[in-house]
Amino acid sequence: MSKKRYPRFFGFLALFSMLLLSGCDYTLLDPKGHIGMQERDLIITATLLMLLVVVPVIFMTIIFAWKYRASNKSATYTPDWAHSTKIELVVWLVPLAIIIVLGYITYKSTHALDPYRPLESDVKPLTIEVVALDWKWLFIYPEQGIATVNKIVFPAHTPINFRITSDSVMNSFFIPALGGQIYAMAGMQTKLHLIANENGEFDGISANYSGAGFTGMKFKATATDQAGFDAWVAEVKNSPKQLANDEYTALAKPSERNPVELYSSVTPNLFQIIIDKYEGMKPGKIVHEKKEVAGMEGMDMGKNSAAQAEE
Amino acid sequence: MFGKLSLDAIPFHEPIVMITIAMIAIGGAAVLGLITYFKKWTYLWTEWLTSVDHKKIGVMYIIIAMVMLLRGFADAIMMRSQLALATEGSPGYLPPEHYDQIFTAHGVIMIIFMAMPFFTGLMNIVLPLQIGARDVAFPFLNSLSLYLLISGVVLVNVSLGVGEFARTGWVAYPPLSELGYSPGVGVDYYIWALQLSGLGTTLTGVNFLVTVLKMRTPGMKLMDMPIFTWTCTWANVLIVASFPILTGTLAFLTLDRYLDFHIFTNELGGNPMMYVNLFWAWGHPEVYILILPAFGVFSEVISTFTGKRLFGHHSMIYASGAISVLGFMVWLHHFFTMGSGASVNAFFGLATMLISIPTGVKLFNWLFTIYQGRLRFTAPVCWNLGFMITFSIGGMTGVLLAIPGADFVLHNSLFVIAHFHNVIIGGAVFGYIAGFAFWFPKAFGFKLNEKWGKAAFWFWISGFYVAFMPLYALGFMGMTRRLNTTDNPDWTPYLHVAFWGAALILIGIACQLIQIYVSIRDREQNRDLTGDPWNGHTLEWSTSSPPPFYNFAELPKAEEIDAFYAAKRDGEAYKVPAKYSDIHMPNNTATGLVMGALLTVFGFAMIWHIFWLAAASLIGTIVYFVIHASRDDQGYMVPAAEVARIEGEQHKILASVRNAQANSPVNKLEQA
Amino acid sequence: MSNLVFDGAKGHDHDHDHAHDHHDAGEMKIYGFWIYLMTDCILFASIFAIYAVLVNNVAGGPSGHDIFELPYVLGETACLLLSSITYGFAMLAMHKGNKSGVLGWLFVTFLFGLGFIGMEVNEFHLLISEGYGPNRSGFLSAFFTLVGTHGLHVTSGLIWMAILMYQVSKNGLTSTNQTRLSMLSLFWHFLDVVWICVFTVVYLMGTI
Repeated sequence: MSKKRYPRFFGFLALFSMLLLSGCDYTLLDPKGHIGMQERDLIITATLLMLLVVVPVIFMTIIFAWKYRASNKSATYTPDWAHSTKIELVVWLVPLAIIIVLGYITYKSTHALDPYRPLESDVKPLTIEVVALDWKWLFIYPEQGIATVNKIVFPAHTPINFRITSDSVMNSFFIPALGGQIYAMAGMQTKLHLIANENGEFDGISANYSGAGFTGMKFKATATDQAGFDAWVAEVKNSPKQLANDEYTALAKPSERNPVELYSSVTPNLFQIIIDKYEGMKPGKIVHEKKEVAGMEGMDMGKNSAAQAEE
Repeated sequence: MFGKLSLDAIPFHEPIVMITIAMIAIGGAAVLGLITYFKKWTYLWTEWLTSVDHKKIGVMYIIIAMVMLLRGFADAIMMRSQLALATEGSPGYLPPEHYDQIFTAHGVIMIIFMAMPFFTGLMNIVLPLQIGARDVAFPFLNSLSLYLLISGVVLVNVSLGVGEFARTGWVAYPPLSELGYSPGVGVDYYIWALQLSGLGTTLTGVNFLVTVLKMRTPGMKLMDMPIFTWTCTWANVLIVASFPILTGTLAFLTLDRYLDFHIFTNELGGNPMMYVNLFWAWGHPEVYILILPAFGVFSEVISTFTGKRLFGHHSMIYASGAISVLGFMVWLHHFFTMGSGASVNAFFGLATMLISIPTGVKLFNWLFTIYQGRLRFTAPVCWNLGFMITFSIGGMTGVLLAIPGADFVLHNSLFVIAHFHNVIIGGAVFGYIAGFAFWFPKAFGFKLNEKWGKAAFWFWISGFYVAFMPLYALGFMGMTRRLNTTDNPDWTPYLHVAFWGAALILIGIACQLIQIYVSIRDREQNRDLTGDPWNGHTLEWSTSSPPPFYNFAELPKAEEIDAFYAAKRDGEAYKVPAKYSDIHMPNNTATGLVMGALLTVFGFAMIWHIFWLAAASLIGTIVYFVIHASRDDQGYMVPAAEVARIEGEQHKILASVRNAQANSPVNKLEQA
Repeated sequence: MSNLVFDGAKGHDHDHDHAHDHHDAGEMKIYGFWIYLMTDCILFASIFAIYAVLVNNVAGGPSGHDIFELPYVLGETACLLLSSITYGFAMLAMHKGNKSGVLGWLFVTFLFGLGFIGMEVNEFHLLISEGYGPNRSGFLSAFFTLVGTHGLHVTSGLIWMAILMYQVSKNGLTSTNQTRLSMLSLFWHFLDVVWICVFTVVYLMGTI
């Protein structure tokens, strides 16, 4: 009795090739930033390496099942053959070799793509502080003294140093077109370094479910030229709204699908103040210590690894 | 008096829920009515509900798993249809707060209340038979484990009609799952359902480890045990080592929510990251608990239906062991993006990748079992071949996600969803369905209908690819998980295709239900008279179908791998012993049921803060157990004459089958 | 357990299936209980992990140094350690078939255990009344969880002990009772070992 595996197999092949070949519609396969490009290359390399094993295995499954079907009496039948040291060696060692190569690539790329690693560039980086709220993103530009909700603009070809925290539950700060994500957590500061290789408007999301308004927790990230960025900063500085303390308190209340807000000024050190609301994350220190530069206070995730928290 | 409970807990304002409750009530009433009409309550009570027989307990586990498959799949269809409709700004038909409960419940139900009971049920039915034992080490504990699972099932299902379920995702990370951000009862339902059923699972792990280590038939060395038994044993090792972590983690969350502790809260010094670590320190071994027994099923199925010894018996055992041990060292790969630093991330990424090596070894061993065998394309074999192809792809995407740099863009995306459904459906679910078909004759005495079984397979596998390949694509398009609506027009066609995939799987499930109906209807034509319908290799096939309640009149001899195959080869099978002995069997008991019922009340009372009731039911549980223990029931003896009578009947049937075979040349094919 | 990897199941004659059930059933129960104790060990390990992570999260409140009194804890420890010794005497009496000896030593063990719990409840009460309860900080939550879980285990052991004392006085040293006494013995000594870890990690290291 014949079993036609082929139709389904070709269907899968078609889907998979569509995936690989029509990269233009696939944000992750057509990134607009250097970090994202490295991550994409990693994905493609790793996939091809593994296909070295997976494709033969799939073929062997189909071929063996067909050739050694019970009705094929002409095929060799060895009911008691159950061991071969040669085969054992091959099946343990060949995948091991591939994993060693993949492991080396993993080791190098994990360090190279560490979100905490500043980007190498001659251009002076721009710092943007990010606060995850329920259910919108607050952005503070400490050097420019402005703030926004659900929108950031920055110059292309400029390293952006994101400093991220949350004044609520765990979220994940993610601009898929530019590169990888990192969690936003209360009482702690995480870091992400990205750069845009071209002008454009990119979608930004939260990639960790945070409650009722999670679906609407989106923002726009726009890369422009330097002049465009300066003009935008000037426009924000003309905004009537100001992010003082009580305005912030009102903003922090739960709300969904917030429209873009622009604040011409923001409470100094607001980012650090938000982190310091959660006192207990400063091991051994008393609450009322003077505020230090952002990056020294709070739980710097690069140094205090989660491995400390392992079981 | 009733804590937080009031009539407001019933969601009268949600028509979808109310209709579902009505359907469940009608269906439930119908079942109860039928049992009453056919006067089966006494039968049900004495033969099933109070049974401590591992075979009966196993069947009950599987029935629960299948019912919960329907419940979990209903959630899936709702999610797929909502996402197919709620594109480009449309709100869909499910209110967001309902949708968020659905995806949480879907994950919890499929993992904890479908896959776990399915594997536990198969292990219960098969493992003691495979090692030539008469029952498990602790039959009462086995019954109690079943009822602890049922406690969890009841609580999860009650949450639909009374109150709400958690809206946190199946992982329930704090601070979202803390009281401040989830003030309702949903997370409490989650906690108690998992805590109670988790306790049952831990007891099962202990039970089966002692069974395997202490109750093998004389002569059976550990390395000679069948592979299904071995993979279940590794799974049990994982259970006893990992479930206590879940117990602790849920208890810590409980303390935070009930007594204002600050273990995982944002304020006053809690550390939510600790939950993430602890949860996944349990969670990763959990998925290996789910997959290893399925691997074992595939080993049994492929060696039986190729008419060949399993290739690499010993290396299979070592590979499963390697997977288990490594499975404890990889949990951080679930949160590379939490910011642990490159060295930590790299270590866990590398450790994760290593697991693909023993897994690959197993795949090659199955391939070389088929090689130079005589493969019969029964339904279990279809599931097996489908698994081998599908799991290879799923495993590949897993190794991809194990690379932190890649994970940074794929974490929490639909790519991850596609990956784990790829390995859980293509691996665990296919495996358990194959095991169900494989061992069904052993449990019930007749075979399942092959045609409907294969139809189910084709719908399931095509449905799987049509539903989940688009999700891989959507992951690459930047779509994250747990969204209840979407607005990117590029995503819409993929979401539509995925819905039709789910529809195909629905037809596959319908085929399975039809298969069960047709098989029962046609059971006389498909009787398994000899107990060995597939020409099996292991000891369970040496018993009748179903086996006598004591399994073996005389403990079988087992001196090498594939003990029954060896016996048949040496002409030693089906020997009538010189004389029979009395057999010591345990008594039935209602204690497991009563304790389970009381603990269900306890869980419900805790959820709704009815603390007097919680205290009373907890004390009642303990008191009932102490009374049971003080009775010190030693079981009863089955007289040798009774054993002889039962055995004699089976030997008569065997003799008549042999006569029929001797007179008909056609049956030579079965021996291939 | 390593020898069992290479050992086959100990062979028994088929004829004596039912005869070996009785002493083997007890042995199997104790074996299973050991495995259960290992799961309990992992549970405690996860609580120790919580404690290690949260020990410095005092949220402006007291640290271990501020609230632990070593002499008091020494008293608690003495109670528990002595109770283990007296349980050992009870087991010796059991092996000699000395029912009244068993009951006597169990009673002494019970008193020591009760003393331990009493002192611990008192410590908790004092802390809570000073405003240093588990809801004050992550550190205190972890402290109460770790020490409290151990205390709950000891309390369960005491309840079990009382029930067993009743059963032994009513039915004597049956094989079932002996098995149960052996299991409780394992449990009791296990809790002693856990306490030594608690004492060291929480109190000693917190005070130094």
